[in-house]
Amino acid sequence: MAETATAAQAPSQRSDEVMIELRGVHKWYDKFHVLRNINLTVTKGERIVVCGPSGSGKSTMIRCINRLEEHQQGQIIVDGTELTSDLKQIEHIRKEVGMVFQHFNLFPHITVLENCVLAPMWVRKMPRKEAEEIAMNYLGRVKIPDQARKYPGQLSGGQQQRVAIARSLCMNPRIMLFDEPTSALDPEMIKEVLDVMVELAESGMTMICVTHEMGFAKTVADRVIFMDRGEIIEQNEPHEFFNNPQNERTRLFLSQILNH
Amino acid sequence: MAEFVPHPELPPPASSVGVIGWLRRNLFAGWLNSLLTVAALYLVVTALPPLLNWAFFSADFVGESRDACDSGGACWVFVNARFSTFMYGFYPAAQAWRVDLIFGTLLLLMSPLFFKGFRYKLQLGGFILFVYPWIAFGLMHGGLLGLPVVETAKWGGLSLTLLLAAVGCIAALPLGVLLALGRRSTNMPVVQTMCVVFIEFWRGVPLITVLFMSSVMLPLFLPEGVSFDKLLRALIGITLFQSAYMAEVVRGGLQAIPKGQYEAADALGLGYWRKMGLIVLPQALKIVIPGIVNTFIALFKDTTLVIIVGLLEILGMVQNALNDPNWLGFSTEGYVFTAFVFWIFCFSMSRYSQWLERKLHTGHKR
Ligand SMILES: Nc1ncnc2c1ncn2[C@@H]1O[C@H](COP(=O)(O)OP(=O)(O)OP(=O)(O)O)[C@@H](O)[C@H]1O
Ligand SMILES: [Mg+2]
Repeated sequence: MAETATAAQAPSQRSDEVMIELRGVHKWYDKFHVLRNINLTVTKGERIVVCGPSGSGKSTMIRCINRLEEHQQGQIIVDGTELTSDLKQIEHIRKEVGMVFQHFNLFPHITVLENCVLAPMWVRKMPRKEAEEIAMNYLGRVKIPDQARKYPGQLSGGQQQRVAIARSLCMNPRIMLFDEPTSALDPEMIKEVLDVMVELAESGMTMICVTHEMGFAKTVADRVIFMDRGEIIEQNEPHEFFNNPQNERTRLFLSQILNH
Repeated sequence: MAEFVPHPELPPPASSVGVIGWLRRNLFAGWLNSLLTVAALYLVVTALPPLLNWAFFSADFVGESRDACDSGGACWVFVNARFSTFMYGFYPAAQAWRVDLIFGTLLLLMSPLFFKGFRYKLQLGGFILFVYPWIAFGLMHGGLLGLPVVETAKWGGLSLTLLLAAVGCIAALPLGVLLALGRRSTNMPVVQTMCVVFIEFWRGVPLITVLFMSSVMLPLFLPEGVSFDKLLRALIGITLFQSAYMAEVVRGGLQAIPKGQYEAADALGLGYWRKMGLIVLPQALKIVIPGIVNTFIALFKDTTLVIIVGLLEILGMVQNALNDPNWLGFSTEGYVFTAFVFWIFCFSMSRYSQWLERKLHTGHKR
């Protein structure tokens, strides 16, 4: 477990403005019922950690929030816009929602800097000079400004994931989604990525993070959500969640994950 | 405590480096390898001298007619005498400078693309692909700026070969990319079906029938009095035919791009065309450069088939010259020359593709 577990709880910067709302969301892959009646409200600045056993639908749920997956029933409202099949609205929401993937998904054919300026230039129509300034600023914040001219394939996993975070931040999103950002990394690289995420959390970003890094959950999460078989089984603030889980399945999951 | 003494650096054993080492590793590693080396050497020694003798040492290069050819070797006088028709077909000799100008300018325009520091590659490439063909056509055809008109029926020789190949490549690639994208657009079944039908139709027929139909059958379906240029019909036929092949090559590349690349582009809000144009296609096309160049080379050689609709590209002009009573019996020289010209172009394309692959290599994936 990363060292962040011992750090002090970061101050919360929540407000009452609702950023993400899922109402009675259901999703099927063919006949397989992946998401079952998901209800979730995330307010501005809230930091949410989602955990649960493999195959429980965590990735599917957060991928529905930026419409990488389509839901079939219920409502998803992101930053005041409802997700429907309207392409304009989907693109609008994707501009506001950054996503970091387990396998980084950097674009290997262009340099790190190009990775970062591409979306701001083509989607936000930002002039190159301004986009590069912003990109260098974020690359500095994730502590790899000196790698800007390299290609992704020349970086370590941890460096690549930090580039991926910087690339998302360059679009100046209001919400960040993380799908197991550290689970493809070697142990010594996990900390460097988590540190960046903690810093981001402290800056007041609204975040939903699927992760099994319980130390991270304890330090920065405002709320921990436990999912199993497509449902949200339990949610609570981290202290209560870890020390006093209400549901049998949560207890079982926590005992497995904390005692290995 | 024993002191650590680093092992001294030693030169590699003499038998593994230098000429001897190279020979041993590459030519005489094991008895089978040695046997093959000896056999190959024997072939070269027996076949090469007569060949060189025929082509160079006892060949005739200068002269006016077949009477100059009495040394017993190749009669390059034939090629020499007919060289301009091999290059320009029936294009009037006084106007041949127009063809030279077109291809010379093209070479000049393309040369900056090979320099690393040149900054306007995209603009120049766009100009060459989208603007220059029209200028070239205007020059070649004439009828403006006081240039006399030269009918397309008079175009021929190597310049026609290059024209057919260049137009075929330039038009087939974008068309093929669109078809490949269409075939993969599972969320638009109508578009997808149309692309599949198109590709499978054109891949299912031989090019020779396409050309034949374009020149014999098409006029039957056109209304009375409407005719369009034979060359144009051949060009359209070749382009549609090659685009189907290109589509399948490009589709292979698209399939090799991991799903995560599409998702990352989507998550950044790039939208379909930017996702394809900036992220997916640059990577997919890079992967299939060998396949694309392979298709180009096949296309280049397939241009010889236009002879069946009466267009005489270089091979056609050579055959035409062979029918000349003054030059009967020099078919070997004619075909060897044609093969050599084709080989030069195809081999250059192949080398270019290898250079491009190396240049575009940006390290490991992921
Ligand atoms: N494209 C798909 N088609 C069909 N089934 C899928 C697809 N993607 C995921 N599933 C199934 O949906 C279920 C939920 O998958 P999901 O990826 O959301 O799980 P997860 O909670 O993120 O698991 P993990 O911790 O392993 O990442 C799994 O049982 C999976 O097999
Ligand atoms: Mg997952």
